[in-house]
Amino acid sequence: MVDFNGWDMPVEYSGIIAEHNAVRTGVGIFDVSHMGDIRVAGREALASIQHISINDASRLAIGQAQYSAMLYPQGTFVDDIIVHRLAEQEYLIVINAGTREKDFNWVRDNTRQFDCVVENLSDDFTQIAIQGPRGVDVVQKLTDADLSAVKFYWVTRGTICGLKNILIARTGYTGEDGFEIYIPSDEQTSARVWNEVLQAGKEFGVLPCGLGARNTLRLESKLPLYGHEISDTINVWEAGLDRFCKMEKPEFVGRDALDKAKAAGLKRTLVGLEMVDRGIARDGYRILNSSGQEIGYVTSGSYAPFLKKNIALAYVPPELSAVGTEVLVEIRNQGVKARVVPTPFYKRPKKS
Amino acid sequence: MAYPADFKYTKEHEWIKPDGGNATIGITSYAQDSLGDIVFVDLPKPGTEISAGKTFGSVESVKAVSDLYAPASGTVTEVNGDLNTHPEKINKDAHGSWMVKIKLKDAAELNSLLSAADYEKFVSEEGGH
Repeated sequence: MVDFNGWDMPVEYSGIIAEHNAVRTGVGIFDVSHMGDIRVAGREALASIQHISINDASRLAIGQAQYSAMLYPQGTFVDDIIVHRLAEQEYLIVINAGTREKDFNWVRDNTRQFDCVVENLSDDFTQIAIQGPRGVDVVQKLTDADLSAVKFYWVTRGTICGLKNILIARTGYTGEDGFEIYIPSDEQTSARVWNEVLQAGKEFGVLPCGLGARNTLRLESKLPLYGHEISDTINVWEAGLDRFCKMEKPEFVGRDALDKAKAAGLKRTLVGLEMVDRGIARDGYRILNSSGQEIGYVTSGSYAPFLKKNIALAYVPPELSAVGTEVLVEIRNQGVKARVVPTPFYKRPKKS
Repeated sequence: MAYPADFKYTKEHEWIKPDGGNATIGITSYAQDSLGDIVFVDLPKPGTEISAGKTFGSVESVKAVSDLYAPASGTVTEVNGDLNTHPEKINKDAHGSWMVKIKLKDAAELNSLLSAADYEKFVSEEGGH
């Protein structure tokens, strides 16, 4: 077990590689109760969400979710979030573990001018993620909700493991199809549901998965992690999250700074690297040019269990970001060759 | 886990098997288990001088990077190149997957290392917290 932002969490159960590949080819389950949940409801709930997030929440139908982010006025990240529209005037924001208090305070403090209530529900839910191509089969065995009617990034409510009116979201952080369910957080219920999901998944080869596989899965799929690809010193353009940032919205926190940052031009940009020579780039390693000068750094790097390659995400100057560009990763005082490759490294096959 | 009685062990979880003036070095079963899936080894070339207690290479699992510390001083005579392409063999058989062979500089250095029984006791205490 490791301490992860105050949560005792297993890095692995049976082994990161086996867990990772179970999610890519079958199904794996994760206890992601460390994620935080903020409910925003009321007459001006939408206006408040629009004010604090970069995506356009007005496009959300009831039952739909979207990836988004909250920014500081300087255009850098408070956190990335998923906004779910639960009812006409009710939204659920799912946030990261490491930033729970900061995020809640941020949402509360920046929505005071709106007629809405902001509640921290983080301790009310145990969140279990059932991820992988067979995830739908597992969850369907446990619920009366018709999951074939729930598209990716939509939510529904249903009875699951005998618990009524449970939020079931077709979301995840693995690059696969999958679900995240929000059940009452008492230990007895949490343990019972966890075990029932494992039991239901047996025929599909389900594996319980830890933080290790969660990290390698999200890395292969180029999903950002706060403190790595995004942080309070990195802006939206640098992180390459442009498509989630709706500049046509007249106003949101950080918008003016992003306008200026775009006009000023990028100083660094996030790229995917694949190691050419032997070596594994790790978080924080320096990126060097061919003359050995430091030009950037690795935000996340690992052996990629499904791709069976050594991959990394890194910030480099835009002029060195073209696919095919060779750079050096400094590994134990040696420059080890790596090449810029297209991202995401892994994209799940389209359903036929 | 059985730790061979004819090996000596370090508190950094390497094993060394002496054979006259030569010795074979690897990492222990406890080490591979703590590291998890091993995906990379970085070993010295034949001819490299290694010194007792100093790093001579590294081993990486998916989740962690770990230095290798020389249990004794000497000159590398042979390297197990098979581990470059099949590092996972260390997970399957840590005590059979040797990393380097060395010509010992001073065989008496091995006297200060742990016996199998001492090492087993050491890891049971380390693993207990």
